[in-house]
Order: sequence, then structure tokens, then C-alpha cells
Amino acid sequence: MDYYNLLTTCAFIHLLVSIPYAYSNYVENKAGQFFSSGHTNNWAVLVCTSRFWFNYRHVANTLSVYRSVKRLGIPDSHIVLMLADDMACNYRNPKPATVFSHKNMELNVYGDDVEVDYRGYEVTVENFLRVLTGRLPPSTPRSKRLLSDDRSNILIYLTGHGGNGFLKFQDSEEISNMELADAFEQMWQKRRYNELLFIIDTCQGASMYERFYSPNLMALASSQVGEDSLSHQPDLAIGVHLMDKYTFYLLEFLEEVHPASQANMNDLFKVCPQSQCVSTPGHRTDLFQRNPGSVLITDFFGSVRKVEITKDTINLTSSLKPLIQRSGSGDMQIESLTYVDQLPVAEIIHQNAIQGLSYSIMTEGTPVNF
Amino acid sequence: MGLLSDPNRRKALTGLLTRLNTPICIVCYLAGIVWFMGLAFEPFTLRTYMSENAMGSTMVEERFSSGERALSLAKEFDAHKRKAGGMPVEWLVKAMQSRGLEVFTQSFSRKLPFPDENKERYMVRGTNVYGILRAPRAPRTEALVITAPCSPGNTNNQAVALLLALAQYFRNQIYWAKDIIFLVNEHDLIGTQAWLEGYHHTNITGMEYSPLQGRAGSIQAALSLELSSDVITSLDLVLEGLNGQLPNLDLANLFYAFCQKLGVLCTIQGKLQRNDWDTAEGYTHAAQTMMLMVLKQACGRSWGDHGLFLRYHIEAASVRGINSFRHYKTDATTIGRLLEGMVRKLNNLLERLHQSYFFYLLPSLSRFVSIGYYMPAFGLLAVILLLRALDLWVHLGAPALAAVDGVTEAEQPSSPGVLTVLTPVVISHLTGVALYLLPVHLQEMAVEHFPVSETEAVVLTAIAIYTAGLALPHNTQRALYAVVMVLLSPAFTILYCVFIYQELIEAPVSVSEGWMLFLSVISQGILDHALYGSLVYPLLALFIYPCWLMFWNILFWN
Repeated sequence: MDYYNLLTTCAFIHLLVSIPYAYSNYVENKAGQFFSSGHTNNWAVLVCTSRFWFNYRHVANTLSVYRSVKRLGIPDSHIVLMLADDMACNYRNPKPATVFSHKNMELNVYGDDVEVDYRGYEVTVENFLRVLTGRLPPSTPRSKRLLSDDRSNILIYLTGHGGNGFLKFQDSEEISNMELADAFEQMWQKRRYNELLFIIDTCQGASMYERFYSPNLMALASSQVGEDSLSHQPDLAIGVHLMDKYTFYLLEFLEEVHPASQANMNDLFKVCPQSQCVSTPGHRTDLFQRNPGSVLITDFFGSVRKVEITKDTINLTSSLKPLIQRSGSGDMQIESLTYVDQLPVAEIIHQNAIQGLSYSIMTEGTPVNF
Repeated sequence: MGLLSDPNRRKALTGLLTRLNTPICIVCYLAGIVWFMGLAFEPFTLRTYMSENAMGSTMVEERFSSGERALSLAKEFDAHKRKAGGMPVEWLVKAMQSRGLEVFTQSFSRKLPFPDENKERYMVRGTNVYGILRAPRAPRTEALVITAPCSPGNTNNQAVALLLALAQYFRNQIYWAKDIIFLVNEHDLIGTQAWLEGYHHTNITGMEYSPLQGRAGSIQAALSLELSSDVITSLDLVLEGLNGQLPNLDLANLFYAFCQKLGVLCTIQGKLQRNDWDTAEGYTHAAQTMMLMVLKQACGRSWGDHGLFLRYHIEAASVRGINSFRHYKTDATTIGRLLEGMVRKLNNLLERLHQSYFFYLLPSLSRFVSIGYYMPAFGLLAVILLLRALDLWVHLGAPALAAVDGVTEAEQPSSPGVLTVLTPVVISHLTGVALYLLPVHLQEMAVEHFPVSETEAVVLTAIAIYTAGLALPHNTQRALYAVVMVLLSPAFTILYCVFIYQELIEAPVSVSEGWMLFLSVISQGILDHALYGSLVYPLLALFIYPCWLMFWNILFWN
């Protein structure tokens, strides 16, 4: 009897002791799920490359994506909006201070709170590449920088006039698909993105993503090589075409998406089939590590912060203790917070998920809520 | 060795040239004629298309609705015109000011070299009235011009009234990127010339004008409106300007696009387009339209008020309303909408029209032939001159070759002295200069001695000098050649063109009427040259006539 009592008490004690461990493992798993998509912040770079009044639709394209992205949660501080011309205040606009995307003036995508970061002649190939790679002069204001880190999911949207392998900027210069691929590779090597979604709405847009070779890139284009992307509807009061077909249907699709929606990338690939778009939209996912069906739209278009309210205390695991001890050991070194350098080599070396937790507390990324 | 440096091959080539010269020339001539006439055949032409990106398609909604008000305004204008006996300047100034334009006037005067039939006096005085609609938001760097002439009598009242109605409508819109100038000019082309010279600060034709007080920037395009009835059946587009210059084809394309959109019948050269290009009538219709354009360009006068704008690189066209006997009538509101659409599309321009062709022929409004297609026909005709020249050159060198070969039967032809060659050349050119200068200068003397008016004096002096040039010692053996030469002389060519022109516009004339037309054509040519700088009369008098006179001399060389 004593033996059995001893066994049961031992088992009971063992169970009691292991519950907190099990529970912390559970918490770790749950915490690990927070980062299953791998990103902690979202950025968007939206570029319209054409000027002149008859290219109204390109500005309307960009502004409609801007509107969707803002609605789904990405703040202006995380959006770099580049518009090559001012349509809202163009002399020929019969409705000044508006840019419409639907005819009969149903939807004004210019709105009241648009923030254009690069405007007019500032939208050049050089500035675009500098924004992507982060090589801007120190005097550049924050709103004109892409301050992404290796946990950022970035959405890049380009629209304008393009051809086989190039995109025309401002009627005077071009960016080639190799330059774009090299810029993304620079971004990867500098760990400036976690995953990147590239959408382009131009003629022969698929040629622009043919040359990508960096990991974690997904690309969509409005037309294949040899096809033209077509514009959608003219508005007879304004006298121009308002939107391109692909972005029009993309906007309609995005209007249905809300921050909690579970729509995934496979739905995005189905936007605007050839029966609606006349051109054949294309996409590229071979460089992307996750399955597109498990990638949510809001991973790129929205800025979803995963929050779970808990009333229990959670014990942090032991490896944190040395850090806490260090900071509590009297000799407090007060480090002023600075922005991350281009290549935080020290942190990259630690690839552990637990160290990943501590890393994100130490650096200036979006604070993680428990 | 090369083809031309090897003497044997060269001799063979030149032998071929001299032997086959006449057949090749005949073939080239026929080929040139056939090529040119074949251009009117529809499969050889291209459909017109809008080349300028900024103008795009006709996607605007026209909202002009004051056609009826324009017609009542026309009656008012007519009444004031009769009362003023000319241009009702105060009424026009007040009307434009009440519509919110900045109004200015310009007075001008011109002494004509001789009074023509229309004016019947030496001095022409007039006033232009123009109002500037300032673009509400744009800088004042560019402008568009809409002009309507103030003509005596019943003509063009509706044009001026529609101009004022459009001005009132345009004033309420905020989408103008350019200033719009509404010009009412007096004395047609003379007034337009005075206004243009004042606007651009030039003085090329000796006009006297008061300087313009108000200006609007560089003019991108101009439209001239001629409308004389309340309802019309078709709109005619007039493109030919001074010295045969044409506006950019995009302007014609714009007009045609809006005609199709609004369902207005549109014609060019007064002829309506046909659908049956594969029948003989369809082909001759297109060929007639094209030949009319060629003739109108050749005579060098401006066929509408727009023609003088072209010299300043301002693309301009005239729109003329025609009221003939057709079932379907178009009212003033639709014409206003057409003009509104055109001006709104021109408003979208960022640069001057330059994307489309500047040299073209139109067999119909929707088909065009560019210079790349019609120039080879003239090239073939010019090749004949080259071949004949080469033939003469070879023959000139032939006696020398005969001497080199050692055969010395051919006597050395004495090379003519410089004086004997120079004298006919100088005399021909002097006669040409006399033909150019004397008719206008000797008109007072002619009027004193002969019972004719000044105009007739000028024309008859010209013809007299022309025939005096023919007075050379001639032998009757060459009478046939002489007659053929006279029948192919420039003056007779003009006479034939007059008759052909009348045939083409389906108003054939009798011989005496044709002769009177011919005389008026000569006087108009001299007047156009003096007033606007048309180059046809000097070209004929100073170049073509002396050349023909030298041929005449050669024919009777003894």
C-alpha cells in the first residue's frame, strides 16, 4: 500500500510539476502561431508612372489601391505613394480636387486625407530604386522612406505604360525588368523584406516579373507578354478613361475584403479573368516559400495585428533571465534607441525562434502584444 | 571595273539611254499619270485615324443647348449690321462684354494695288472685334481661336451669333486649359491678315493696323465658322490655305470623328462620301474630290479665313454650313455641340498638332493619301526631265567621241558664243520680270488711254505682255509645233484648269463665261500676291513663263 501511495503521489507531483511546462509549451506554440506568416509589419509602395491628362486612369488606379490598403489598416506612415502627375488639380478636370474611379462619379478615390509622398517630377526611376533599396540621403524625410525590416511584408504596385521588359516613367525614362529584379535582390540581401507582393498593371506586364530571382517574391500582372492591358470605362463628363480593367476588378474584389477576412491569394489570382479583362492576367509564385492558398490577402493589403486577450500570467522561458539579470545588475547602460542599421548582423546570427522573440523586443519593430 | 567607269559598259549604257530615250520617257509619263489617278482607288488609300494621343476619342458629353438663342441673336446682329452699314462695332463689343469676355478692337486699313470687282475702291478700312475668354485656372500661355467673318448682306449672321452663344456657354465651364479668343473680322481675309500681323508683331504685307491691346499667348489651333442659314443639311470642311498649305491631318480627323458622333452629314470639297468604291462612279467621285483638292492647292489662294493662320504654324480649318436640298436637316444646337466637342478636345492638347501628316490628299473625309504615296508620281514625271537632259548631254559629247575614234568626217560644230546663248535667256527673264511688275504699275496709263476699268487694265496689260513675248521671227514650217507650244503655254494651262475646275464642282460654264472667269483668276492671283504674299503669280511670271519663252525661242532658232 505504501508503495502504491508513493507511486501515485510521485505521479501526482510529477503531473503537477509538468503542467506549467506543458502550459508554457502550449503558450510557445501559440506564440509561434502568431508568427506563422513571419511578418510583423506591413508596408506598401504604390507608384503611378505616367503623366498628362489622358493618363488619368493610371493615377486613379494607384489611388484606388491606396484607398483599399488604407481601409484595411496600413497607415500613411507605412505607405509610400508616388504619383507622377496631379490629376485632381489639373486645369482640364471639370471636378477639381477629385479623382474618380467609377463613371457617373460614384467613387472619389482622392478623398480628403490622401498623402502623396513623391509627386510630379520626383517620381523617377532613381527615386523609386532608392526608396526600395533604402539608399536615400540622410536629409530625406521619414514619409519618403521605406523603413522596412526583415519582418515586413511589402506590397508594391506599379501602373503606367509598359512594354516587353520595361516600364515607362514620366515619358522620358524606363526601368527594365532586370533592374527591378536586382533591386529586389538588394532588398533581400539587406533583409528589407520578409515577403513581397508585386502587382503591375501595364501592357505586357508579365515581362516585368520574369527576371525575379530573390526568394519570397510573389508577382501578379494584368497581361501577358504580347498583350495590351485595356482601359475600362470613359466618363463622358470628364472626357477620359477612368480606370484600367484589371485594377477596376481588383478594386471591386478588395472592396469585399475586410480586415478579418480569410480570403487567400488563390482568390486574388482569379480576379479579372480573360472574359472580363480581355488580356490574360498572370502570376508567379515559384519564388514564394508558402503555399499561396495559405497566404491571406490581409497579409499584404492590410496591417493585421494579431491580438489575443489573456487573463493568465505567462512565465517567460529561462533564456530570457540572463538578459533581465543583466539589465537589473546595477550597471545600467542606458542605450538610446536608434534606428536599425542597414544590416543588423549580430541579430541575424541568432536564428532561434526564442531568440527571435527577444530580438523583436530589442529592436524597433512593431511591439508584440502578449 | 565599275558600271560607269568602264568605258565599254558606259558606252553600252549611254547607247541604251539614247536609243530607248523616247520610249522610256513615254512609259514614265504614263506611269506617273496612272499612279496618281490610281491613288483615288480606295484599296490604295488608308483610313484616317487620330494620331495625337492627347485628343483620343470623342469621349465628351456635349451640353450646349442655346441654338435657338443663337438664331434670335443672328436676327439682332443682322439688324444692327444694316443700321451701321458695315460692322456694328459697339453692339459687338457690348455683346461680348456682357458674356464676360475681355473685348478689344483693332482698326486696319489697306491700300489695294488695284480695286478688284468685290471692293471697287482702292482703300479698304475696317475694324476687327475680338473677345478673350480667360481660362479660369490655367496660366495664360496658350490660346485657341474661333473666328467668324462679318460679311455684308445676309451672309454669316448665324456664324457670328453662334460664336456669341458658344462664348456664353464656354464662359460657364471651368475645364479650360487655354484661353479662347472669339474673333469677328471684317473684310474676310484682309481683316484676318491684319489681326494676325498685329498679334504676332509682324508686318509682311504692308498692312496698316492699330496695335492689339489684348493678347492671349501662343495660338495652338484655330477654327473658322461660316454659317448663313438657320438650318443646314451638311457641313463642309475647308482645309486648303495660302500657297496650298494644309493644316495637320489630325484637325480633319477630329472634325470627321465628331461628325460621325453627332450624326451630321459632312462633306469635303462639297462632295459627300460614297460607299461604292468598286464601281466606276464611286472611283470617279473619289478622283474628282482629289483633283479638286489638287487644283485648289495649286491656285495658291486661301479658300477660307483659316488659310492665313497656317503661315504662323497655327493649325486651322474652316467649317462651312451648307443648306441644300436634302431631307435631313441639322439645327444650330447640333452645330454648336460639334464645335464644343472639337474645342474641348483641342483643349486637351499639350503641344501643337504635329503627330499626323502635313502633306496629304483626301479623296474623301475618311481616306487619305500621304505625301509618301503621291510624290513618286511626280518623281516619275521629273525623271523624264532628267532622262532628256542626259540624252542631250550624251549627244553633245558624241562628236568628240567620233573624233577620238579617229573618224574625222564630222566637222567640228562651232560652239556658240556666250552672247548668243545669253541673249535669249536674259530677254526671257526680263519679259518675265515685266510680266510681274508692269501690270500693276502701268494701270493708270492704261486707264487714260483705253476705256477700261483698273482691274481690266491690269489683266489686259498682263495678257499683252505675255503675247508680246511671243513676237519672234518665225518660219511657217514650224507652224504646227508653234500651235502646240501655244496650247501648252502657262496661260492656256490656267484656262484649261478653270474649265476643269468648273466641271469638277459640277457647275460647267460656257466658253465666254470661262473666259471671264479666266480674267478674274488672273486679277485675283495678282491681288493675292500683293495682299497676302501668295507665291503663285510670281512663280508663274518669274520662273515658268521665262522657261516656256526660252522653249519658244529654241523652237524658232535659226
